[in-house]
Amino acid sequence: MASTASALIPCGQFKTEYRKDTTIFPTPMSRGFAIAAVLLLCIAPLQIGGVELLSPYQLNILIQIGYYGIAALGLNILVGFTGQISLGHAAFFGFGAFASAWLNNDFGVPVFWAIPLAGLMTTVVGMLFGIPAARIKGLYLAIATFAAQFILEDFFARADWFTGGSSGTIAQSFSIFGFAITGDRQYFYVVLAYMVVLFLLGANLLRSRDGRAFVAVRDHYLSAEIMGINLTKYRVLSFGVAAFYAGVGGALFGHYLSFVSAESFTILLSIQFLGMIIIGGLGSVMGTLMGTAFMVLLPEVVQAFSQTAGNVFPALTDGIAFLKEGAIGLAIVLFLIFEPDGLAHRWKMIKAYWKLYPFSY
Amino acid sequence: MNTDLLIQLVVNGLIIGTLYGVVAMCFVLIYKSTQIVNFAQGEFLLIGAWTCWWLLTTWQVPFWLGFPLTLVFMAVFGIALQVIVLRPLIGEPIISVIMVTVGLSLFFQAMMKWMFGVFAQPYPEVFGTKAMNVLGLNVQTPYIMSMAISLLIMVGFAWFFKFSRFGLAMRATAFNQQVAQSLGISVKSVFAMAWAISAVVSALAGVVVGMVNGVSSALSFFGIKVFPVVILGGLDSIVGAIVGGLIIGVLENVAEFVDSQYLNWGNLYTVVPFYALILILMIKPYGLFGTKQIERI
Repeated sequence: MASTASALIPCGQFKTEYRKDTTIFPTPMSRGFAIAAVLLLCIAPLQIGGVELLSPYQLNILIQIGYYGIAALGLNILVGFTGQISLGHAAFFGFGAFASAWLNNDFGVPVFWAIPLAGLMTTVVGMLFGIPAARIKGLYLAIATFAAQFILEDFFARADWFTGGSSGTIAQSFSIFGFAITGDRQYFYVVLAYMVVLFLLGANLLRSRDGRAFVAVRDHYLSAEIMGINLTKYRVLSFGVAAFYAGVGGALFGHYLSFVSAESFTILLSIQFLGMIIIGGLGSVMGTLMGTAFMVLLPEVVQAFSQTAGNVFPALTDGIAFLKEGAIGLAIVLFLIFEPDGLAHRWKMIKAYWKLYPFSY
Repeated sequence: MNTDLLIQLVVNGLIIGTLYGVVAMCFVLIYKSTQIVNFAQGEFLLIGAWTCWWLLTTWQVPFWLGFPLTLVFMAVFGIALQVIVLRPLIGEPIISVIMVTVGLSLFFQAMMKWMFGVFAQPYPEVFGTKAMNVLGLNVQTPYIMSMAISLLIMVGFAWFFKFSRFGLAMRATAFNQQVAQSLGISVKSVFAMAWAISAVVSALAGVVVGMVNGVSSALSFFGIKVFPVVILGGLDSIVGAIVGGLIIGVLENVAEFVDSQYLNWGNLYTVVPFYALILILMIKPYGLFGTKQIERI
């Protein structure tokens, strides 16, 4: 992909060991920026002297980027790193949300433990639906996961004991050591903590043996098999990892909204997840975050635009729900035609431009 | 056991199955000649049906004029889509190609809902009486028409690919693009033509379904049902598409029968094709008539 831009390393960075070449953050600068960003997010929900740094609306958007981003990273590990295609990610996301609520409501598991447990339950389901991946790939796999989406959607509507059927189920709010987390401002930290941990794990996965096996399977599966990589194992494992991320993201989503219903997890959400990683950049951890932010902000921008333009063209405000849907579809198509490598690639180009400025040619 | 109901449902299944077969044929046509999996096939039905409806009701165009106009529009639309959106994607990885048609499907569906609303709209009456009695079975006239039209389309397809110059060019392209090009076949125009034919025939099916059930965004569900059909028949087999369509159509209705008589689960009818799909992929991924892909190292 973007080999030219990513190969640019600032002056004075001399790597003398292989270990230094595979660190999560390539330069001390980038590590510093990442830590600064997390610290900045830590103070974001605070009120200083009675003044809110972020409005509840902005906070809500950040939380959305958090839980969708976690699930999207899972999908990126599956699609971007392992080269499998899944059109049923929303079903796993939904399964995590229902599983966490179910563990909490029916077995009294505290929410703190229910979220990772829901992730593990989703892993099992994901590996189950990943079994076809052992035999089929590419297009056929896309169609199989497409079918899995509809089957799981139907399961959600039917399994009253698990999901509360068509009426949905209640999810309790998060609590830690008897201290109940109430309101967006406190929940923000929960999502942030999960996000930092899971993104670091995701980035770290690529440096591990398993992560390199995933990439080998993507790049050339026959060569990978000849090198002794067990294709079936890694394909199914990749589905499992993706489902784990989706399950945790879904559980966070469920406990945030405190109500889970099957209508939230349609094929549209699956398409949105794929849109996030395509717009962000396949196979890029940072890009996943950018793509998620783009996908969460897009409907808000469309809404703001159609409200201002609505005075002149009333038709725009009437069809706002459809405009949002259409904008998602259009964004995916335009990105695939004009920027197939996603925002992460664009970001690298911009950085490279400034690094070489004024001799950027 | 309610035999009358079963027979009625099987007949319904055969009728709906021929329609699935026609839509699946259009899908296979695109896949075979351009190697693109069209997730927006259902939207072709939708756009065709809405265009025809709009001409007939808003502009009061008579059917004999409005219908051909719709088909001409769809041909132009299909070519435009291929040239503008899909030509730049030739040679891109499969995920891009899949996602671009998924994105298009989302976009068109939203636009159709925006322009024409979410409620089903009835077609103006074109064929007199609503239901006919065939051998003691109650069959709606447009269904009989649809069956006849579908069979006509199938015969047309067979003739086109066996005898017409352009059909032969398309088959040659599907067989090997480079060899076809070296023999003087314009691969670009073959690609455009495949999309045009697919759009036109899908629109035809859309209008037919619209006449029976009214036009609504539910029509695009045909585009989703097409997947079990083509996987069963084999992704690159026209005959497979027809056979698969009939089998899935009947299977759906038999599931409906079992459901309503014994199980009372509610909507078994809509998910059974997807269970069948997964099962086929596990047992025989290339379907009944599909060519097996052999990879050489």
